[in-house]
Amino acid sequence: MSFDVDVRRRMGPDAEVAVRFASEAGLTALFGPSGVGKTSVLGMVAGLLRPDAGHVRVGGETVFGAGVDVPADRRAAGYVFQDARLFPHYRVRGNLLYGARRAGGRGMGLGEVADFLGIAHLLDRWPQTLSGGEAQRVAIGRALLSGPRFLLMDEPLAALDQARRREIMALIERVRDELGLPILYVSHDRAEVERLAGHVVEMI
Amino acid sequence: MLLTPVEWEIVRLSLKVTIVAVAAATPVAFALAYLLARARFPGKVLVDALVHLPLVLPPVVTGWLLLIGFGVKGPIGGLLHDWFGLTLIFRWTGAALAAAIMALPLMVRAMRLSIEAVDPRLEGAARTLGASRWRVFWTITVPLAMPGLLAGAVLGFARSIGEFGATITFVSNIPGETQTLPIAIYAALQVPGSEAVVTRLAVISVVLSLGALVVSEILSRRAGAGRGQHVL
Repeated sequence: MSFDVDVRRRMGPDAEVAVRFASEAGLTALFGPSGVGKTSVLGMVAGLLRPDAGHVRVGGETVFGAGVDVPADRRAAGYVFQDARLFPHYRVRGNLLYGARRAGGRGMGLGEVADFLGIAHLLDRWPQTLSGGEAQRVAIGRALLSGPRFLLMDEPLAALDQARRREIMALIERVRDELGLPILYVSHDRAEVERLAGHVVEMI
Repeated sequence: MLLTPVEWEIVRLSLKVTIVAVAAATPVAFALAYLLARARFPGKVLVDALVHLPLVLPPVVTGWLLLIGFGVKGPIGGLLHDWFGLTLIFRWTGAALAAAIMALPLMVRAMRLSIEAVDPRLEGAARTLGASRWRVFWTITVPLAMPGLLAGAVLGFARSIGEFGATITFVSNIPGETQTLPIAIYAALQVPGSEAVVTRLAVISVVLSLGALVVSEILSRRAGAGRGQHVL
């Protein structure tokens, strides 16, 4: 069992996010229209948002619920945000290595990840000078280098044009198949979900 | 233009008072700015108002309040005197305190704006990458707020070096101890036929302030290197 999530959170006077699912290894997609709270669910799994009630278990370990609330920095989530969210005051290299301290030498190194993602030539650039596709690849690399036990991806293709989408999608398939990390993937695009996901959770 | 020993004395004292005032006020201002920008607590409005008080009060009133509070028999001044043998009134340290208090609101305002401009989502991203709150603060929040931090310090410097009303009320006009540039100019103006003295001191003032502006511009370029940010 990779993800076992049952969370509820009030988001406003009459808005509530509630979802329950359990999934096996591989890529699990959270699918549904915009505004339904998919990103909020990722936030709750990552520890950035506190559920009102419920539990979050990843790989059999409880990170939230039953009196447990593991802080975000110790959940070992590799979070890839929709807008890449790179640190503007670090070069690409600094961004990639920001979380490497937690990895502590386990897993892939900088060179390996840079080759895997095809960003080795970007290491000395500032994030502002990257294209959308490049920034998204750096964001994936930053998450991979932080020694994650699982990945959270929030519409990583949304801001990209068709060619970049295909490219990043192929990359995500390689991450899914070659690295063996459970992935929780948010999308509102059915084609994307059908191609990538082994398990689809539909939010209405 | 060569300075006379008396003028050197005034310039040295002014710089000493200003630098000590800004150095002491910067961490306090940043802490207050962070608190006001990020924290939610009861009495926040009161803290906000208190911080801004020196900006809206007549400086002479601020000076008088300092006199009451930090005089040898005052509630704070008395403690400092009895416990640490520290006297602020009629000393250059008192001038630095007055300058710091007067500069504080401007510094807090500039720093608060820059902290509010730091995207909390970047801090969240750093948290998911394994950074403790402490590390996030020092590696994300402070560097991203740095232009505003510098702007606040520069504003504080400019405000401090020109400080007059609260200073002369609190620590009076003692040559060599509390007679900073503005107070020296004021004192010279009281003496008939001292236009030349006043002019020289005024020119020194202009040069010092312009120098501070140039230094701040250089600092801001360096802080924003590669990111195209500017302090002012």
